[in-house]
Amino acid sequence: MAKFKNHILVCAGTGCRASEGEEIVQELKTAVSQNQLENEVQVVRTGCFGFCEKGPIVKMIPDNTFYTQVKTADAKEIVEEHIIKGRQVQRLLYENPEDATRISDSKHMNFYKKQIRIALRNCGFINPENINEYVARDGYTALGKVITEMTPEDCIDIIKQSGLRGRGGGGFPTGLKWEITNKVESAEKYVVCNADEGDPGAFMDRSILEGDPHSVLEAMAICGYCIEASVGLIYIRAEYPLAIQRLKIAIEQARDLGVIGDNIFGTEFSFDVEIRYGAGAFVCGEETSLIQSMEGLRGEPTVKPPFPSVKGYMGKPTNVNNVETFANVPVIINKGAAWFASIGTEKSKGTKVFALAGKINNVGLIEVPMGTTLREVIFDIGGGIKDGRKFKSVQTGGPSGGCLTEKHLDVPIDYDNLLESGSMMGSGGMIVMDEDDCMVSVAKFYLDFTVEESCGKCAPCRIGNKRLYEILDKITKGKAQFEDLDNLRNLANVIKDTSLCGLGQTSPNPVLSTMDNFPEEYLAHVHQGKCPAKQCKALKEYVINAETCVGCTLCSRVCPVNAITGDKKQPHLINAQLCIKCGACFAKCKFGAISIQ
Amino acid sequence: MTKIKLADSKVTELKQVCAKFDNQKNELINILHGAQELFGYLPAEVQEIIAQQLSVDVAHVYGVVTFYSFFSMSPKGEHPISVCMGTACYVRGAEKVLDEFKRILNVKIGETTPDGKFSVSSLRCVGACGLAPVVTVGSKVYGRVTIEEVQQIINEYQ
Repeated sequence: MAKFKNHILVCAGTGCRASEGEEIVQELKTAVSQNQLENEVQVVRTGCFGFCEKGPIVKMIPDNTFYTQVKTADAKEIVEEHIIKGRQVQRLLYENPEDATRISDSKHMNFYKKQIRIALRNCGFINPENINEYVARDGYTALGKVITEMTPEDCIDIIKQSGLRGRGGGGFPTGLKWEITNKVESAEKYVVCNADEGDPGAFMDRSILEGDPHSVLEAMAICGYCIEASVGLIYIRAEYPLAIQRLKIAIEQARDLGVIGDNIFGTEFSFDVEIRYGAGAFVCGEETSLIQSMEGLRGEPTVKPPFPSVKGYMGKPTNVNNVETFANVPVIINKGAAWFASIGTEKSKGTKVFALAGKINNVGLIEVPMGTTLREVIFDIGGGIKDGRKFKSVQTGGPSGGCLTEKHLDVPIDYDNLLESGSMMGSGGMIVMDEDDCMVSVAKFYLDFTVEESCGKCAPCRIGNKRLYEILDKITKGKAQFEDLDNLRNLANVIKDTSLCGLGQTSPNPVLSTMDNFPEEYLAHVHQGKCPAKQCKALKEYVINAETCVGCTLCSRVCPVNAITGDKKQPHLINAQLCIKCGACFAKCKFGAISIQ
Repeated sequence: MTKIKLADSKVTELKQVCAKFDNQKNELINILHGAQELFGYLPAEVQEIIAQQLSVDVAHVYGVVTFYSFFSMSPKGEHPISVCMGTACYVRGAEKVLDEFKRILNVKIGETTPDGKFSVSSLRCVGACGLAPVVTVGSKVYGRVTIEEVQQIINEYQ
C-alpha cells in the first residue's frame, strides 16, 4: 500500500455533497495530479464531520487543519499553498465569532469542545467505502473477542451493565432486549436494524450509515451471536440513496474479508446481512409496523404483546435496534461496560447524537454526553440564536416530542428528564426556534405531519388527529372560540390514552406542550385574533408607513402580484385585497417602512 | 381514468423484476421499487401485472402502493421540484418558498404542469438542514433558497 504524507479529508455526507462536495473532491484530485503529488497526497471522501453549517468541510492530515465553506475554486490554492508551501489558507479557516480570530484545529472550536464522539467516532475520520480503514481503528476486534472468548450470556451481561438504552426514542434497555430474545427458544431468529429515520429534521442515523457503516454491521453480528440468529436485516428508507450505496459496499467488503458470512473467524458462528427498503412511511419506524413492511405488507402496527422479541419477522423472535444503538455496541465491548457507564447520568448512560437545526448559528450533527444541558447545546455548541434574535423554544423528539422553553434550558438532557419536562428524547432531532416562530403554527405543522403519516388502523389516531388539526387551523385563522381550547386539550388526552401504537400515543405532544408552555399565545389568537409572532397569514397585514417610505419603488417591483402602487419618491401603498402576504416587500425594504400588523 | 397500453418489452421487463424476487408476495415492496424505477410511476396496469405474477389480489397491491408515499400513481414532471418541509426548513421559511413555486407554476402539491415540464411536491427532510430551506430539482440541490430566487430556479429549466 502506498504511504501518503498528506491526506485531504473531504466530507462526503449528504449535506456537504449538496453544496458541491463531490466537485471539490474532483478539483482537489486534479490539483494533486497537476503538481505530480499522487504518491504523496491522498484525497479521501469521509463521512460527516457534523459541522454542516460551515460545510463543505475539508480537513488536512497530519496537521488537522480544518477548512470551512470550501468552494471548488479553492481546491488549487489548498494544494499549492497548504501542501506545497506549507502555509495555511487563512481565509478558509473557521472564524471564532467571539473575537474574530481564526481557529485551525477543530478541537479548539466551541462547536466541538463539549462533544464526546462514541457513536460518531469514525465519522469524518475514515473512508466509509474502505473496510481496511475501519479495521485500522479497531474495527471488528469486538466481534472477534465476543465470538471467540465469550458466551452469549457474557456479552449480554456487558451490554446490560453498560446501561445502554435504545437510541431510537423509547429508551428500552438494550441488554435486556437481547436477553429476552436470547431466552426465546426458536431455530430461526432475526436481528433487525431500524434505519427508517423518518423524523423531519433529523439525520443522525443516516450520517452514521454514510460515515461508518461497518460499526453497524459489526454490532449486528455481535447481536446475532448473542441471540443466536444467523440473519440480519437492515430496514432503510429508500430516500437515503447514499447510505444504501455505502451499506451495500460495506456488506460486500465485510463478506470478502470474512467478518460476516459463514464460520466467522473460524468458529461455528455464521451471520449474514441483507438490506430491506422502506418506502416513505413514518409509522414504519415503529417496530411492529416495520416488521409488517418487511413482509411486504402495509406498515400497520400490531398489538403488543406479543413483542417482536417473541414473535416478529415471519413470526420468529426478532431483535430490533436502531442504528445509533448498534453503533455504540462495538466500543462498549472494546472499552468495557464500566467505561461506558461512567459517562452520562444515573439512568441514561453514554452519549446521544442530536441533529441540531433551525434558527441556530451552528447547524450540525453533534454528540454529547447524557446530562449535558440544553443551554450548553444551544448556546455553547450551537453558538446561540441566528441573527442575534431571542431564543424562544427548542423542540426535541420530532412529531412525538414537545416544545421546551427558557425555563427548561438548564435541565440535564436524558430520557427521564425530557419526559418529565413534557417532551421526549426521540431519535435526536433538535429544532431551535426564535421569537419569530408562532407556537400554534408549529403545533399545526406537526399535526399536519401526523395526519399525513397516520396509518389509519385505529380510530383515535386516524380521526382524532385530523380533528386536532382542524381546531389548530381554526385558531391560526382567528376563527376559534374559547371552548375550542378545551376541546383541543381533551381530545389530545384521549388520543394519547387510546391510540394503538407509539405514533398515536405521542402525536398530541406538540399540542399539549405548546399549550402548557405558551398559553398566552393560544389566548392571543383566540381572544384578540392576533398572532404575537406575526406568522399566521390570516391574522397579519402588511402596511407601509407613509412617513418612512421614500418611494424607492423596490417593494412594488418585488411584489409578485403587483399589489403595491405609488409614484417614484412618493409613499407607496399596499392593496390588502390583492396582497398574498408573501413578505417579499418586507424583506426587501431597506428603510424599515413596512410593518406587519 | 383512461387505460394506457404498456409496451410489450416493458411488460417483459416487469415480469423479470417479479421473477428476480421469485414472485414472492412478501417481496412486494422490493418489486414495486423495481417497477417504479422501470416506469417512473406505478399506473393501475402495472399493478395488475404484478398482482397476477405474485398471485395476489390487485386490491392488495393497490393497498400497499397507496400506503407508502414513495410510490406514485401519476407520472412526475420532466423536472420534479421538491421543497423540503422538514422542521428545520419549515422554521426557516420553506412554506413561503413552496407557496411561491405553486403560485408561479399554478399547480397544487403533487400536480404536474400541463406541459409536463414541472411537478411540485414537498418532501420530509433531505438532511441538508445546514442549507435550509432546501429545494431539489431532479438531483440538483438548491440551498438557502429565498422567495426571489424561485423564479430564477424555474428559469434555469425553461
